[in-house]
Amino acid sequence: MIIELVCFLLVMIAGTAGELCMARTMRTIGEVTDFRPRALIGVAGRALSVAWTWIGLGLMTLAFFALLAVLAVESVSFVVPVTALSYAVGALGGRVFLHERVTRTRWAGVLLVCIGVSMVLLGKRWG
Amino acid sequence: MGRMKSPDPLQFKTYTLILFIVIFGPLGNLLLGKAMKGLGAPTAWTPSELARIVTFVLRSEIIWLGIGSLIVFFVAYSLVLSWADYSYVQPASAFAYGTAALLGHFVLGETVSMVQWAGIIVICLGVFIVGRTPPRTTERN
Repeated sequence: MIIELVCFLLVMIAGTAGELCMARTMRTIGEVTDFRPRALIGVAGRALSVAWTWIGLGLMTLAFFALLAVLAVESVSFVVPVTALSYAVGALGGRVFLHERVTRTRWAGVLLVCIGVSMVLLGKRWG
Repeated sequence: MGRMKSPDPLQFKTYTLILFIVIFGPLGNLLLGKAMKGLGAPTAWTPSELARIVTFVLRSEIIWLGIGSLIVFFVAYSLVLSWADYSYVQPASAFAYGTAALLGHFVLGETVSMVQWAGIIVICLGVFIVGRTPPRTTERN
């Protein structure tokens, strides 16, 4: 039971934290304005030299394997609403880790997205 | 008579890249899924069977198209985060669930249940509300 709970938390938190780290990397690099292939390769090179990229990739890998472990022991209908919560964790992470201003309007949108994603994935299951 | 409001360049490029995200992410997954179904389940995990799978993967045009789509998705997702908030991009890109259902329905002929259609409408509503907030709320480099 404890292992399952840890895996759930890893899916939700490590996955979102990984993406937040990638967002931090892109913020460190600064706004990309040149979209030519050569410039984009330069952006990729700069991203790989930022430590947040590697932390993010590590966390996303961890979340992926945790999801596989959870799916092995729990039903999809139980896992999906929990993973949909990652949108709420993402908004919270954006506010705390990236100092974004998450207004009540944005929270309302995030909540609806959480509900909608759960319905789409559960509807597929129940189809 | 009021003049038409010119589009904000920041919003325009944000919307464009989010459009790329919601199209190319599900499209890549669909192409990979379609190609792998053509391969069929592996009969055994022997070296010769694995070699057959690798050869199939490397020679499949659909798989390369899928990989290309997912690269476009990843590049678009990374680029948009260089100027837009994560708390804006993440929920907005959830519309990809709707694209996946639409592609499944119209391309693969899959059945989409009423609950799924209702979920897509709720996601659209959520994305619309998030889209009413400014894409960037912090100072950038």
